[in-house]
Amino acid sequence: MHFSGLRVIREALTGHKGWKPLWRNPEPQPAYDYIIVGGGGHGLATAYYLAKTFGRARIAVLEKSWLGSGNIGRNTTIIRSNYLLPGNEPFYEFSMKLWEGLEQEFNFNAMVSQRGILNLCHTDAQRDAFRRRGNAMLLAGADAELLDREQVRAMAPFLNFDNARFPIKGGLLQRRAGTARHDGVAWGYARGADMRGVDLIQNCEVTGFRIDGGRISGVETTRGYIAAGKVGVAVAGSSSRVMAMAGMRLPIESHVLQAFVSEGLKPTIPGVITFGAGHFYVSQSDKGGLVFGGDIDGYNSYAQRGNLPVIEDVAEGGMALMPMIGRARLLRVWGGIMDMSMDGSPIIDRTPVEGLYLNAGWCYGGFKATPASGYAFAHLLATGRPHETASAYRLDRFARGYVIDEKGVGAQPNLH
Amino acid sequence: MLIPHPLLGLRDAQEFTYLGDAALLNRPDGMAEGAEAAFAEYVYLRDNPAGVHRELWFHEQGDRSWLVVTRDTTTHEILGAELARDVKLKGGAA
Repeated sequence: MHFSGLRVIREALTGHKGWKPLWRNPEPQPAYDYIIVGGGGHGLATAYYLAKTFGRARIAVLEKSWLGSGNIGRNTTIIRSNYLLPGNEPFYEFSMKLWEGLEQEFNFNAMVSQRGILNLCHTDAQRDAFRRRGNAMLLAGADAELLDREQVRAMAPFLNFDNARFPIKGGLLQRRAGTARHDGVAWGYARGADMRGVDLIQNCEVTGFRIDGGRISGVETTRGYIAAGKVGVAVAGSSSRVMAMAGMRLPIESHVLQAFVSEGLKPTIPGVITFGAGHFYVSQSDKGGLVFGGDIDGYNSYAQRGNLPVIEDVAEGGMALMPMIGRARLLRVWGGIMDMSMDGSPIIDRTPVEGLYLNAGWCYGGFKATPASGYAFAHLLATGRPHETASAYRLDRFARGYVIDEKGVGAQPNLH
Repeated sequence: MLIPHPLLGLRDAQEFTYLGDAALLNRPDGMAEGAEAAFAEYVYLRDNPAGVHRELWFHEQGDRSWLVVTRDTTTHEILGAELARDVKLKGGAA
């Protein structure tokens, strides 16, 4: 089933009787060449690129619940490539380029909208840091513009420029950044993978790994044993729990991050605006709701819900930045579980168990990475070598001293 | 969340800052054989359980004591709190 404008018109004229489910619901086969554990954004993208770009066959995605039921359905939908460090920026820019061609690539409307992201700065030192980061972005082929106070005012006149503690002095703008429809991304990858023969198996929880002589031979699941040549784990949020079944401890703590959406309002916020100093960022969805968030709660959690102090903190940040939202009503608050790694950067690597691969540690930045994460993980699974943009995301980088710490706060996951 | 401070009674978790797994009390011996690997593990690797977790909280805006709080990470229910000093003197957090 191919989506096109013509198709929409034809279905409209014939009573919408021709639409089919986007994917099959197959029974698990006894054996596969590749098993991806985790049917979220990264797992589905991995299966998609494994089948399409690398031409591999006999692939299954195992998901304990329904497809896209984890963080791909709980994030604030921002896509961007405004990182500083050489281990990160080329990877995220690769992801940004994949976003730009994604909808044509998988023939599905993911509502990719390059409405820009603006990071605000409040001091000379912060502006210097932004200039350096902008230059690092340009070197990696991304776009970046340093705005002064008046340029920011022209873009977003509603901001509070004269806040006593954090007066706005300028900002770093990436125009190619923006938002995407998070569920649409999962559905597009799922449909694309299914069309290429990948078995998407839902309600199938992995309960153990079968390892013979240091090599993976398959996975135990709630629907029986399934043999596999290679197994890739992409279950961010639960990585520690899943990898513990393979006897591994990870450089990861699970933390809860809350997100918020207001009632629908008239169009008012032009792109994504981040107020790092005040722990607040915001964009406006196409439906009109203000989608915003702030810091993680800061303690280990698997609860998928947070506590009130952080809600208050985020609301205070919002009021400090844009007092006009004070009368907007909050519609929903929810939480997702983040793999907070020890340096704030992810892991895409093989493990000490031969044939078992890990994609984890995405902190609260996994959504924007979805296409590149899937591509790089598929590359690793198919070729045994890391993708050129993901070669720094090694599991052993911590012990070797090659951490990728954008914030420079050390091995303290709740500060990343 | 309210933390039952052993000396001060129930205190708002907002008064505390969070460090992490209470296993951090068991610092390896830097002079021992294999200390480098032991420290890499100590600094970077965590059990990160879903369920009962023993963890270090610092009463920063209170009496500045370190506590070992036992908490369920799946429900945020707090099951107990002790002074970290007492835990350490009893022989560690394991």
